[in-house]
Amino acid sequence: MGSNRDIREKIQNGSYQNQYHEELSDREITSIWRKWVFNQAFESQVAKAIQDKRIYVPSYLSMGSEHVPASLFHVLKGYHLFAQHRAHSYYLSLGGSPDRLRDELLGLETGCARGRGGSASIHDPAIRMWGHSGLMGDQVPIAVGMCLASGEKTITVMGDASGEEDYVLAAFGFAATKKLPILFVCEDNDFSILTKVETRRSWSITDVAESFGVASREVDDSPGEIIGATKELSVRLPALININIARGGWHAGYGTDGPPEWNRMERFKSSYLGTQLESELSEIEEEERDRASNIWNSAAV
Amino acid sequence: MKTAEVISTLTEELIRNHKGLVLGQCLTAVGWVGGTVPKLPEDPGLIELSMADVAGGSIAVGAALSGRRVIYIVRYQGFMWYNAASVVNYAAKSKDMWGIPCPILVRGIAMDGSIGPVASGVSHAMIARMPGIVVTAPMSGSEWEQVYNWWLNHDDPVYISESRRSFELDEGMGNTISDNPVATLIAVGAARISAEETLALFKTDSINVSNFGVVWLKPLALSSELIESVRQSKVSVVVDSDYESCSMATTIAHKLQQLTGRRVDVLGLEERSAGFSRESDNTTPSSSTIHNYVLKRLETENMVNK
Repeated sequence: MGSNRDIREKIQNGSYQNQYHEELSDREITSIWRKWVFNQAFESQVAKAIQDKRIYVPSYLSMGSEHVPASLFHVLKGYHLFAQHRAHSYYLSLGGSPDRLRDELLGLETGCARGRGGSASIHDPAIRMWGHSGLMGDQVPIAVGMCLASGEKTITVMGDASGEEDYVLAAFGFAATKKLPILFVCEDNDFSILTKVETRRSWSITDVAESFGVASREVDDSPGEIIGATKELSVRLPALININIARGGWHAGYGTDGPPEWNRMERFKSSYLGTQLESELSEIEEEERDRASNIWNSAAV
Repeated sequence: MKTAEVISTLTEELIRNHKGLVLGQCLTAVGWVGGTVPKLPEDPGLIELSMADVAGGSIAVGAALSGRRVIYIVRYQGFMWYNAASVVNYAAKSKDMWGIPCPILVRGIAMDGSIGPVASGVSHAMIARMPGIVVTAPMSGSEWEQVYNWWLNHDDPVYISESRRSFELDEGMGNTISDNPVATLIAVGAARISAEETLALFKTDSINVSNFGVVWLKPLALSSELIESVRQSKVSVVVDSDYESCSMATTIAHKLQQLTGRRVDVLGLEERSAGFSRESDNTTPSSSTIHNYVLKRLETENMVNK
C-alpha cells in the first residue's frame, strides 16, 4: 500500500485508488448522511459550549471523523464497543441518547456515565458501549478479554498513537491465537497530539497486525471504502481496519491549526451535486443541525 | 489440607460450578503453579495467556467485565508492576465510574529470596495505593478460603498477595496473645512465619510477646485484641515482606498509632535492590532480625523510662 505519507498524499490530491466499489442505495446514502451531519452538528455545539465555558473539562471532538462510526455501524450490529477519547460520534452513531451525552459533557448526573466520565470515558450499557479508563489503548486488550469471555462480537477503536502501545500489539496476537470475533479499528489521523506518524515509527499497523494473523486493510475515509472493508472483514474476524482520516481540530478543545488535509464532508456532498439527491441531502443537513441546536438549547445548564 | 490444595480445590470449583475463568501464564506447566491450579489442561475455563504481561492483565480485566468470575494468576508478584495497569485503572474504578462491577480475583505470588531484583518480595502496597480494590494476604488454607468466599459473594475486585511459602502450610496460623505483653508483633504474609519463629526466642528470654497476623490489608481489619495488646506493650513492630517506605506496614503502624497513642515500628525489606546471590539477596526479615530489633527497642525504651 505504500508508506503512511504516500497514502495520505494520494488521498489529499485525489489520486487514491479505491479498493472497494460499494454501490450504496439512495436510502443508505441518506441514512449515513443523516448520522454524519448530526454528529458534526453535535460536535459544533460542543465546541460552542467549550467556548462559552459551559463545558470546563478536556473534551475531544471527532471533527473530521464523524462519518467513520456512521459508516461502520451501517454494517455492524449488536457488537460490544470499546473506544477511548474522541468517541462522541461513536456513541451517537450507535444509537446513544444525545441528551445523555450532552449532560455527560456538562458533568451532570443525568449523563450517560453519570457525569463522571466526561468526554473521554463515555459509557452506556444500553448500547453496549463500555467506558474507558483514560489509559491510552487499554480498551484494546480489555475488549479482547470481553470477547474471549463472552464469545460475543466486539469492536474496539483506537488512534494511530494508542495503536503503538505494546499491549495493543500483544492483544492483536492473542486475538489471532484464539481466533476471536473482534474487529480492531484504527482511526489514523497521523497525529499523536501534533507528532506525526513518520516521526514516531517506521512500521504500519496493518503490516504488524497481518503478521500476527489478523486480516487487515488500509483504507481512506470515504464511506464506501469503510463500508466495503467492514463488510469484507466482519466475516473474517479477528480483523483490523486502519482508516486514514483528516483531523478537523485540535487534539483537545475546539480550535484548529488551519484547514484539514482534506474535507471528506465537502467531497462527499459535492459528489452528489446535480443529482437528485442534492436537495435531499441539504434538507437532511438542515434538519439535523436544527435538532442538534435544539438539544443543546434545552440543556439544564 | 495444605494451602495449595485448598486453592486448587476452590479454583476447580469456580471453573466447574460458577462458569469461572482462570487466566495466566504457564498455568499448565510442570508444577501447576505450585500445585495451586487444578490439572484441567483441556478445560476451556483454564486459559493460557501469552507472555505479554500488560496485555494479559488487561485481557483478564475485560473477561471479568463480562460478568464471569475471573481468577488471574501472576506467577511472580514483582511482575505486578506490568500487570497492575488495568487491574487498578479499570477493574478497581469500574463500579465507581460506571456502576459496572469487574470482580476479578488477582493472585500475585511472591517468592521469598533467590529471585533477583524484579520478582523478589511482595508489592501489595502498590495495589493498595489505588481506590476500589480489596487487598489481602492470607497464608493458611482457611484464610484463603475466607477471602475467596468473600470475593464470590461480593462484586469488588480482590487482590491476594500470596507467598510460595504458604503453599506447604497445612495448618492455620493463629495469633498468640500473651498476658501483660512487653512486645507485640503484627505480621503480614510470609513475615508471619518469621514472627511465629521469633516467639521461641522470646520465650528463652522470658519476655512476654504477643503475635498477630493481618490478612485484610485494605480495608484494614485490626482485631480489638491486637489493638489492646499494642496499647499494653512497650514495643510494637509491624513486619512485612515489602519495603518499609510507602508500605502496608507503615499504613498499619500509622493506624495503630492513631488508635493507641503508642509508637509502632516497622520492619521490612532493606532499602536496596535485591540480587540473586545469597549475600545480595533481600528477604523477609528473619526471626533473628525481628528478635534483635525488638530487644534493641526494648533496651531504648527501658533507658528512656529509667
